[in-house]
Amino acid sequence: MGRMLTGLLGWVDARFPLSKLWNEHLAEYYAPKNFNFWYFFGSLALLVLVIQIVTGIFLTMHYKPDAELAFGSVEYIMRDVDWGWLIRYMHSTGASAFFIIVYLHMFRGLLYGSYKKPRELIWLFGMVIYLALMAEAFMGYLLPWGQMSFWGAQVIVNLFGAIPGFGHDLALWLRGDFVISDATLNRFFALHVIAVPLVLVFLVIAHIMALHEVGSNNPDGVEIKKKKGEDGIPLDGIPFHPYYTVKDIVGVVVFLFVFALVMFFIPQMGGYFLEHANFIPADPLTTPEHIAPVWYFTPFYTVLRAVPDPFGGVVAMGLAVAILFVLPWIDRNPIKSVRYRSVLHKINLIVFALVFIILGVLGTKPATPELGEMAVRFSEVYFLFFVSLWFSSAKRSAKLGIVTTIVLLGIVTIYDLTRVSAENQPLVFSGWFIPAAYIVVMFLLPVFTNLDEEKVVPERVTS
Amino acid sequence: MRSIILILLATVMPAGAVVASGGGAHLDHAAVDIENRSSLQRGAKYFFNYCISCHSANFSRYNRIATDLGLSDLQVEDNFIFTDSTIRDHMTVAMRPKDAKEWFGTAPPDLTLSARAKGADWLYTYLRSFYLDDTRPFGVNNLVLENAAMPHVLWELQGLQKLSHREAEAPAEGGHGEQGHGSGAPVLELVQPGTMSPDQYDRAVLDLVNFMVYLSEPAQVVRKQIGVWVLSFLLLLFVVTYLLKKEYWKDIH
Repeated sequence: MGRMLTGLLGWVDARFPLSKLWNEHLAEYYAPKNFNFWYFFGSLALLVLVIQIVTGIFLTMHYKPDAELAFGSVEYIMRDVDWGWLIRYMHSTGASAFFIIVYLHMFRGLLYGSYKKPRELIWLFGMVIYLALMAEAFMGYLLPWGQMSFWGAQVIVNLFGAIPGFGHDLALWLRGDFVISDATLNRFFALHVIAVPLVLVFLVIAHIMALHEVGSNNPDGVEIKKKKGEDGIPLDGIPFHPYYTVKDIVGVVVFLFVFALVMFFIPQMGGYFLEHANFIPADPLTTPEHIAPVWYFTPFYTVLRAVPDPFGGVVAMGLAVAILFVLPWIDRNPIKSVRYRSVLHKINLIVFALVFIILGVLGTKPATPELGEMAVRFSEVYFLFFVSLWFSSAKRSAKLGIVTTIVLLGIVTIYDLTRVSAENQPLVFSGWFIPAAYIVVMFLLPVFTNLDEEKVVPERVTS
Repeated sequence: MRSIILILLATVMPAGAVVASGGGAHLDHAAVDIENRSSLQRGAKYFFNYCISCHSANFSRYNRIATDLGLSDLQVEDNFIFTDSTIRDHMTVAMRPKDAKEWFGTAPPDLTLSARAKGADWLYTYLRSFYLDDTRPFGVNNLVLENAAMPHVLWELQGLQKLSHREAEAPAEGGHGEQGHGSGAPVLELVQPGTMSPDQYDRAVLDLVNFMVYLSEPAQVVRKQIGVWVLSFLLLLFVVTYLLKKEYWKDIH
């Protein structure tokens, strides 16, 4: 039996690089031995992609992409299809899980400088994956044809309409109709079930190929390929298989536990994963009281709403996403890992994570003057973060620190002067301190304190 | 500084806690228990006697109700089906939407998913908050849904309530509508008793809401039962995979 299998493998290997692929990507792919908690999310993202594709296939067997039938067919899946409720909840919980994992995966990159040379292309592929994922999630959300599906799509497609000149025609072209309608549902279904998933799979392959070409980064940000043994194997590298396969399986089980906990006990997640209004069929004549996108879009939705002018809002939102693409060229600090960066940089990353979460929470709420002001202020801090990343790329002179502080404070203040009025004056005044405090801490403290002191990066990884 | 704290506090409040309720009235908590089968059966009785003549439950089938509530097909056919539907059919309504719109001003919404769209507390409070109002076509208005088009279908059971506004600093009294403490908080007062006492009526509405919560997602009981098994399995699997990982990694230093 064993000899037969070996023979078969030889037969295949003579015709297809099976052993070669296995070795290159698993058995002889040397990964740093010091991966920590943050390194689980790559393999988990792959797992969720598979879950979404498989459950998606089963859902299409019963789902009807027709404005008259779509809502009912989802309920048919939930009630009359054997185990349909399970498949549907796996898919709806999987969508949110995908974003949680991807956000953590991206934050890992930020923590350990994984986007820096020579891994810029991995980051770029990853960003395109993220964009494709947003498109995929957005179009998938229309399919249940509930009130939030309909009005959420209406709001987002109308964003394209805000573009001057061809915006109106573009929105029309996207919808295939003057309003969100059966035509829109049909094309979103086609894009959601085949076009975007296909692109996603190819991008994921490119992402992994680029990673395996240069090798993985690690929590110390040390290039393990620089220190190789006589056998040509990195001294701090271990074969991905079996070491990281068995380790990732533990991560998979822990993830599945949390996933199952949500799926079986709180599939609506208090209205965040499945919104309440989406249990009412789409009705073009009744606008819901409060239209909120699903939670994973809300940080960018807040940036959009922070700018009163519709087109300005679209530009700000686009910039908030686009700026992430150029992260490798903004953060030029040669030290990759946060472990050896300054105290200030550590604080900066925590602040950025918090700001992203606050922006997300704001996006789920109706706009009141107070919350609107917060949206403006935290959007400002969101963009200022990237300026501070550039600023902390090297040891800067006191002069540059002071000049940058004055220029940034000036920009924030001038923008405030253009929008201040008798009613919002106290709010604008107190809100001003949020970006001002951030600017002073990130650009002035390095001048007068040693909080920007960096540590020496070790030669080899620490265990 | 205070406004900063206020806005920070506002961010922390969960958005999910606010179910689209309309009107913003205080909602009483409905202690639903969908594993209580006799409550579900009583709720089904009210649902089919009072609701289904105007409201549909288009996504649900009669025989699913029979199976899940432990009733025989015959019991459901005899007690719950008042149209020429068969036990395998969806719970549709005979009234045409066009007629409904003419009679009520708006077509009565389908009730299959209302517990998921509005929340159990909303339904529970809504059904107990009708009060007399001569300006409305059916003589009643509702505290939770202002100018509701629906007549008070359960009035024979509950009786009729009158709306008054509490004086400032008036002592809190029993009954429904303990909405607030400030001046002018609305109070509902029973002016004509029904066939049920207020407590009995509250329990009847709770049964009905319980049934509607079940109806909105029939799989939820089995979902949780299976969930316990899946989680237990994953716990076991965690122990095994963790030990496997430890075994492999013991030579990595």
